[in-house]
Order: sequence, then structure tokens, then C-alpha cells
Amino acid sequence: MRRIVGLALVWFMVWVVTGGWAAEAHTGASPPMQLEQALKDLSSEEETTRDLAIHALIEQGDSTWLPRLDALRANADRSLRMAIKPVADAWKHRANLTSPDADTRRSAATDLGTSGRTVAIPWLEAATATESHRWVRYAMEESIQLLKLASDDPVVKAQAAAKLGELRSQNAVPALKTLAQGAGEPNSSEDQNHVARVAAVAIDQIETWNVWSTAIETLFRGLSLSSILLIMSVGLAIVFGLMGVINMAHGELMMIGAYATFVMQECFKLYVRPDWFDAYYLAALPAAFLAAALFGLVLEATVIRFLYGRPLETMLATWGVSLILIQGARIYFGDLTAVAAPTWLNGGTQVMVGVFLPFNRLFIIGLSILCVTGIYLLLFRSSVGLRVRAVTQNRNMSACLGIPTRKVDAYTFAFGSGLAGIAGWALTLVGNVEPGLGQNYIVDSFMVVVTGGVGKLAGTIIASLGIGGLNKLMEPSFGAVYAKVLILVLVILFLQRRPSGLFSVKGRHAEG
Amino acid sequence: MAESLAPRLNAERNEGPVFWVVGFVLLFVLPVLNVLPAEDSWLHVSDFALNRFGKFLAFAILALGLDLIWGYAGILSLGQGVFFGLGAYCMGMHLMLAIGSEGVYGSALPDFMVWNQVTALPFFWEPFHSFTAAILAGLLVPAGFALLFGFLAFRSRIRGVYFAIITQALALMAWLIFNRNETNLGGTNGLTDFKTILGFRLSEPGTQFALYVITVLCLGGAYLLCRWIITSRAGRVLIAIRDSEQRVLFSGYSPANYKLFVFVISAALAGLAGMLYVPQVGIITPAQMGVLPSLEMVVWVAVGGRATLVGAIVGAVGVNLGRSILTNHFPELWPFFLGGLFVVVVLLFPDGVMGLTRTVSEKIAKRNVRLSKTPAVEEEQA
Repeated sequence: MRRIVGLALVWFMVWVVTGGWAAEAHTGASPPMQLEQALKDLSSEEETTRDLAIHALIEQGDSTWLPRLDALRANADRSLRMAIKPVADAWKHRANLTSPDADTRRSAATDLGTSGRTVAIPWLEAATATESHRWVRYAMEESIQLLKLASDDPVVKAQAAAKLGELRSQNAVPALKTLAQGAGEPNSSEDQNHVARVAAVAIDQIETWNVWSTAIETLFRGLSLSSILLIMSVGLAIVFGLMGVINMAHGELMMIGAYATFVMQECFKLYVRPDWFDAYYLAALPAAFLAAALFGLVLEATVIRFLYGRPLETMLATWGVSLILIQGARIYFGDLTAVAAPTWLNGGTQVMVGVFLPFNRLFIIGLSILCVTGIYLLLFRSSVGLRVRAVTQNRNMSACLGIPTRKVDAYTFAFGSGLAGIAGWALTLVGNVEPGLGQNYIVDSFMVVVTGGVGKLAGTIIASLGIGGLNKLMEPSFGAVYAKVLILVLVILFLQRRPSGLFSVKGRHAEG
Repeated sequence: MAESLAPRLNAERNEGPVFWVVGFVLLFVLPVLNVLPAEDSWLHVSDFALNRFGKFLAFAILALGLDLIWGYAGILSLGQGVFFGLGAYCMGMHLMLAIGSEGVYGSALPDFMVWNQVTALPFFWEPFHSFTAAILAGLLVPAGFALLFGFLAFRSRIRGVYFAIITQALALMAWLIFNRNETNLGGTNGLTDFKTILGFRLSEPGTQFALYVITVLCLGGAYLLCRWIITSRAGRVLIAIRDSEQRVLFSGYSPANYKLFVFVISAALAGLAGMLYVPQVGIITPAQMGVLPSLEMVVWVAVGGRATLVGAIVGAVGVNLGRSILTNHFPELWPFFLGGLFVVVVLLFPDGVMGLTRTVSEKIAKRNVRLSKTPAVEEEQA
């Protein structure tokens, strides 16, 4: 047995050296036979034979041969399966390079790049030529250079290293680092030193880029958290400014909005054609707003109205309401329900190397901008807003001038509650719909209101940007928990300077 | 809030007999009923019931402190659980070390440290080998923390809703930090599995009996301290601050110092309550010091009646009694009950149980007056 294998090996080497394989590949006459032989060799016990067979199969076969491999795998032992895997992977990746789905193409290219099989270079080059998607082309180019980096020719190596540096390739850093380390060794040749120098420059380029892309991502994450905080606290802040009341059930109004979204989703599942399913999310927006606003109206009429001028008691009573709501939701809906985000919000967009922005976060940022703009227009460009501002500034005087202050209170409270509903609607994109949904962010949004000050939209915006941004800025170095603790310390220290927030009411009405 | 001040102060003065009667019942009647009657007698108070009552009375100490700042000085602290937790953890750390090598792993280190692969006792655990040091820390750590926090808050005149929110954030932070494993405080599971206190086995009924008596004595002491504070000149200033802080300020007092003083006292009382709670219940976890427990403590005072010291005690014992009954029979309904209790008390009975009894007794008194006086008045008019 050994002799036969040995002979086959010798023959194979002679065949490779004489370049017979190239001729055969060109003529295309006998690859099937070669492949048949290689398929047989896969089950060989000799490691070198197996490796050569794998090599030959990857180079000459394609995914049309996959059924044969599957047939082999059906009753294969461990070593054979191990031998089959790289072949099957390579064929699949090669086929996937021309897949209609961009993500498939991209992951195929990346996998080929890390596989270290130089045979894939021509495949990738061919695919690059026809590739239209920017980031898939990027992945392909990166993979080509990564494979070239493993080449024996120092010139190719140096070129690849330089190109990878230009590409700011993340995946190349480990390989480049090993190359760069080769420089200091005493017996390294001139060529090696050159490659090492190029690699060092490339690493430098990549790392500088990393600093920037991390900064941008942190900024984005901060912005995303800030907008969540902003949507949540803006309703709270308006009510606080107008009535001096912190609604502790605000988080549960958000929960109502989230559950309204969930219910809308379930209704669409039951009653609407499946291809219109994505529309449920848009239909849920008014539902979430109205459900929360209606509840707010009821809450105002039954509880808050009677506690006018007693803000601490209001806090406690609304907290009691929130407790009831949470338990009610827990009993009715169970502990964990999720909303499937509409397909047009799945995935994300890559803006530059290493910076990937998910659509749902972008959507929330956009939504918060829209909300704030809407509230600004409502407050400062409409007669309703004029009344709200008047009552916020001086309740008694407004009443004297004929503004129905209690009605303004009720409707503003309902509006603020509706905003909480919208916040809940948006939050379903980034988390589960659960009874404790409102509790997760609520303390943070109270802090935003306190830091922002009474009755000023700008204060709320700046405070949520500050708290959200600082939170994400400190998270990498301190961890999520200690970042929050530090924020609290900072808020307390900030209140030392400005006890009633960023924008406080001055003059004789300062002590409400 | 100001309108019923005078009757309230009178009510405080009339609490003397109540104090002695309740003290007698708690200190003598219940323990005697625990020891003397046969076990199947309806008069018998079981060890378990006595132990549970001891826990409620520990809560009552905390409620006294909370009443002092909320009822009298008008400062709503939603972070009282933090001070309670600090005291409880101080005692818990001592009890953990008192386990010695009796733990599951037979190591001199607490079990959870072995579990977390901590090899040496963290430096801040060292002082807690001593019982005296633990007791002192249980009072001074919450008080010191309250001093620092209160100094920052009151100096910059953070009050009302602002103060409530900041203290609530404080409770959240404390909960987050104590939940972490790397702070070496037992993480989510907290400190538990205690064996002995000062050499006495905690599982012995006798030890628990002694703990109960100590709790009653501490409660009595705390009550007298609070009473002394509120009847002193400082107490008057505190009530004035509650009713109009600006006028107090313009009258030449420094509200910040008075508030700081009473805030520190209440934190120390909460710490004391925590220290008494731990050996009787046998466990302390971060869940006892978060946002929700802190708010629940406010419910006790609100239900009992703000600005009456007896009310705080009645509320703490009553609500906890109700809680332990309801959570036993209808665990799902407790949050409804608690939330509803809060809404109803705040809306309909702002002065709590004590306010209710006072209104009722005042009405009866008025009617009696009217009944006796009406004929005379009519005669005069005639």
C-alpha cells in the first residue's frame, strides 16, 4: 500500500514540476479524471497525498462537484471529513463570489482572504472586475492583498503590505505585525528588511485610521443614546416645566407605546396580507401615540389634577400607577415579547472602513430630530404653544388673561404622554418589549430633565446630548456601570454650579 | 401642609402613654407570649412570628429616620435604601468573616470569594473582623456618605423634586455597583449563609429572641432621639424649612445645615436598621437597596402618616405585615396592592393612618362639644 502511494506521490510531483497540470488545465481534457483521482486520494492515509489532493481539488474543481463531496462525506471518518471541509468551503466561496446577494459575496471574499489559498487570487480578481458594490469590492481587494502578502516574492509582499496600508485593512494587522517584527532579526536579508519597513508603515496607517473610526463610532453611539434619551425626556421636561410635576409613570407610558406597537404587529399578522406586514410599524406610530396620550389624559384627570402644587406627592402617586401598570402588563402580556423590526430597518450602511451604522439607530436619530422640530414648531409657532408657554411662565397671570390653564395642563400632559408613547414605539427597534422597558432608561431621563432645567427645550436637548455622549465616551474605559456612576457624580457637581439646571428661570418666579 | 401644624404638635405631646403601652407590649407581652403559653395555644407567638416581627421593627427604625427628613423637614429622599444597605452590608461583612472556615469550601475566605477566585481578603474587609468596628462602620459609613452627599446637595440648594431624583439615581448607582462581582461584596447573591454572631449560633431561637429584644430597645432609643430632635428648637426650624424654606433663610437661619444634620441622622438610623435586619433575616442582597425598595420605604411613612413618629412605626409594621401576608397568598397581586395603596393614600388620606384616626377622634370630640354646648348657645341667643 505504502509503495503504491509513494509511487503515486512521485508521479504527482513529477507531473507538477513538468508543468503537465498547466497544459492539462488549458486543454481541459482530463480534469475530471484528475479530480476523480484526487477525490480518491482524499481518503488516503498519507498526509501529503491528502494535502496534494485537497490542493488539486480546490484548484481545478468547482461547485458542480459538490454532490460528489457530499456523497463522500456521507460515510466518512473524521480525517476524511477534515479533508473534505476545506475543499467544499473553497468551492462554495468561489461560487458565492457571484451570488446576487451582496452580503454573501462579501463574506465569501473575506473568508477566501483568510483561508491563505493563493489559488483564490485570480477568482477574486475576476470578481472584482465586475463588482459594483463598493464595500464588497473593498473586501475582495483586501482579500487579494492578504493572499499576496503570503507570497514568497518579497516584491509582491512589499506591494501587498503597502496596498493593505492604503486600504486600512483591519484583518491584515496580525500578519503585518509578524512581518514588521522580522526587521530586527540579525540574519534577515535586505528584502526582508524592506518588507518589514513597508509593513510598519502600513500598520501605522491602519492604526491612525482606527483611532478616527473608533472616535466616529463612539460619537455615533453617543448620538444614538442621546436621541433615545431626548425622545424620552422631552415630554417629561415639557410637563415638568408647565406643571412642576415629574411623572414617574413616564417610563410606563413608553411601555404602553411599545405594547401598542406589539399589538399592532400581532393584528397585522392575523388580519393583513403578509406582503404588507412591514407597514405595521408605520401603522403603530399613531396607535402608540394615541394609546399613551389617552392614558395620560385619564391619569391627569384622575390623579394628577388633585395633587396640583404638591410635586412630591405627585411623584409618589404616579409611581404607584407605574407599579400597577408594570404588573398589569406582566400578567397580561407575559415577561418577554419582541417586535420584529420591519425589513427596511434591518441591516445598516457602511460609511467608511471600519464604521458601520445600523439603520435602526439612524432611524431613531432621525426621529428625535423630527420630534424636536415638531415640538419646536408647536411650542413657538402656534397659538396652542403660545398658551403653553404663557402658563409655564406665569400661571396666575395667564389665568387672568383668560387662558384655561387646567385645559392647557390636561392637553399638555396628554401630549407629553403621547411623546412617551412614540419613544416606546422607537425603543422596540433596539430592545425587547417587556414590562420593565420603561425602567431601563427612566432614571437617566430624569437626570436629563434635572440637568436641562425647567421649561426650556434647548436645555433638554443639550442635557441629553451631554449625558448620552459622556456615557458612551466613558463606557470603553470605565465600563458601563462605572460610566453611569461617574455621570451621576458629574451631574451632582454640575448642579453645584447651577442648582436648577442649565437654563433656569430667573427673577421673581424662580422659587416656584 | 402648614394648616394642621398645631394639632400635630399636640398629638406628639400626647404620645407619651402610647409610647409606654406599645413599648410594654413589644418588650414584655410578645416575648412572654413566645415563652410561656403552650405551643398549640392561640395566645402563643411562634419563634418565626417573633423573628418576622423583629424584622418589621428594624424597618420601623428606618421609617423613623425617613419620617424625620420627609415628614418634618420636607426632604423626600428616594435613596434611603442605600443607607440601609450600607449598614446591612457592614454587619453582613462581619458575619461573613465570623463564619470562619465553616463555609462550603472550608476556606477562611467567604465562599463567594473562593467562587470568584479571590485569593486574599480585600483590604476593606479587614476591619470587619472586629464586631465593634463593624457596628461603628454600620453607623458611620451611611452617616459619612450622607454627610458628603447631603453637603453637596444642600449647599447648592438642590431640593424638592430635584433632590428626590438625584437620590433615586443614587439608589440606582448603589444597586449597580453592589451587583458587580469585582467590588468583592458578593455580587447579585449578596452576603448570606451566616452562622454565628458574637459566638452565638444564629439558628438558635434564643439568639433570635435576644436580637428581637435588642431591636425593640433600639427602636425605643431611635424614637426617643427623634422625639427629642423634633421637640427641640432645631425641630421647629426643620418644620419651618418644610413649610417655607425661603422665609427661614431670610430670617437668618441656614437651612442647609439643619437639613444636613437631619439627613445624616436619618442615614445613621437607616444604617442601624440594616444592621439589625441582617442577622434576623440572614441575607442581604443588592435587591434590598435599589430604587424599588427605597420607594417602598417611603410608602411605609406615607401610609402610617407623615410628621407623626408613631405613624412611621405603624406604617412600617403594617405595610410589611400586609406584604408578608399578601405575597404568601397572592404573590401576583402585591404590586397592585402596593401601587394602589400609594395612589389612594396620597390622594385620599394624605396624613395616613394617624391622620385618619386624628380626624375621626376630632370629629367625635367636636360632636360631643356641639352636643353639650348647643343648648347653651341657643339659650344665650334667646
